[in-house]
Order: sequence, then structure tokens, then C-alpha cells
Amino acid sequence: MNTPFGTPRYDSLQVGDHLPTLTMPAITRHALAVYCGASGDHNPVHVDIDFARASGLDDVIANGMLVMSYTGRVITDWVPQSAIRALDTRFKAVTRIGDELTVSAEVIEKREEDGRRLVRMALEARDQHGEVKTAGHALVELP
Amino acid sequence: MNVENRRPVVTAELIGYRTPAFEVEVEKGRLRLFAKATGQTDPVYTDEAVAMAAGYRGLPVPPTFLFCLEMERDDPYDWFHALGIPLGKVLHAEQSFSYLQTACAGDVLRFSGEIIDIHHKKDGALEFIVHRNFVADRSGHAIAEFDRTIVIRHL
Repeated sequence: MNTPFGTPRYDSLQVGDHLPTLTMPAITRHALAVYCGASGDHNPVHVDIDFARASGLDDVIANGMLVMSYTGRVITDWVPQSAIRALDTRFKAVTRIGDELTVSAEVIEKREEDGRRLVRMALEARDQHGEVKTAGHALVELP
Repeated sequence: MNVENRRPVVTAELIGYRTPAFEVEVEKGRLRLFAKATGQTDPVYTDEAVAMAAGYRGLPVPPTFLFCLEMERDDPYDWFHALGIPLGKVLHAEQSFSYLQTACAGDVLRFSGEIIDIHHKKDGALEFIVHRNFVADRSGHAIAEFDRTIVIRHL
């Protein structure tokens, strides 16, 4: 559930540190269909090209929450999920079929609050052209 | 009048509007399917023995899956229909979660939602709605809350 070296410690982190990036396979129609069923989000704009076109789009678009699941994963690959206090994302650009997303995470703040040692991370998902698809944060509590 | 082209669709009077509360049981099969759908390879999300060894009561609910559980109602877009929000014009603008406990497979979670903010940008061409959900277990202990911001685009 985290690195072989165990949960990272607050004192071992510096503002500006980066986590390993996570690159996911290119988005396919099949991946969106599986996510549609697994997520329970049956909005046809993600799987039905006829509906997407009737809505003025060229094609189906990926679920923002699929992209957000990737950004959450960068954090759960690093610390146990129970350490996560908050996660947020702004969806800045639409993710399309064929986009290959890479998520990056950087320590942007360390603070102690009510005896809790908190680290705030900036999270970004970019496509293969470098376009930022999502930008957000995670707040984690570390030992 | 063409309902699809009505604008504004929502006004600030709807702040405080409550969406239907409901309860849902977290099913481990769904969590495994979600892991597959999101490319998750960490066995803590699919193997109960690994999850329990890590200190969870069962398979943990991944950070974003609470959003999905909220869509388990008979019609997750019921309040869109009630308020005349045209689904084809809606995009997800922002999403945030704050967590008090990690929910696990087998938990029965109660979701109650409310519109907490409505604002417009670009002379009303973009209408933003912020919908907050409170998540609690059956005993009423808070698990998490999360805010979903959607935008209705009249572009």
C-alpha cells in the first residue's frame, strides 16, 4: 500500500520535493465504458458518441473523476490512504480519447496544527502534449 | 419556451436546496471493479487479507469512490431533472473531499446533500452550482464530506 520503505515521515520531507510521477495508458472508449459501469456514473456524454454530438461535442469525453482517481492514486501509492485528510481538483481541460495522462505531485507546504503534522501537495495531471487537465491538492497527515 | 435554452437555469434562491438523502452499502465486488477501471494495482484495494493486514476492516473505499457511491441512487441525476439542469450542457468544474475516517466494504453509508453555492461568470454564460454531500455511517458518525462543483455552459 506504500513504498517498501514504509510511510514517509514528516521530518524527511522538504517543500519542493516531488513524488514519482504516474503515467497511465492512453484513454480508450473501452476504458470509459468500464469506468461507466464501475463508477455508477452513467452520464452518456462519456460513452455515447451520438449523445455527445447532440450536445455539441465532437466525441465522448473522459469522466473528470476518472482523472481524479489517478491523482488520488499518486498519493495512495505513497502513503496509506488513511493518512489522507483532503483531496481536491479543478478540471481545467477536457480529457479525450487517446490522451495519455501523467500525474505529478510536489510538496508545497508543511505545517503543524493541533499536534498534527500536515503536508500539502500540489497535484497536476497533464496529457502527452503537456496540457494541464486537472490541478489540485492533497493534504496528508504524517508521523 | 425551449427548456434546453432557458437561462439562467438556476438562481441563488436554490442555495440550501436539499437533494434526496439515501443509504448505500459498500460492496466489495464494486470496489474490485472500480480498481480495475482505474488501473489500480495495489492489492490493498482488491485483496481483503492485504487490506486487513494494513489495518482496515475490509477493502478500503478509494478516495474518489465516495463520489461514485453518491450516484447509486435510483436516478443520480434526479435533482438535475427536478431543477431543469440540461445534462448535455453540464461539465464537472471542481471536486473536493475531506476525510475523517476511511470507509470500507460492508459499511452502510448515509449521504445527505445540499446546494451550498450558486454563482455565475461571463455574464451568465457559465452557471456554477456547488453541491455538498455529508457522509456518515449508520451510527451517525461522520465519515467525510465532499463538494462537487458543476458548470452549466451556455456557449
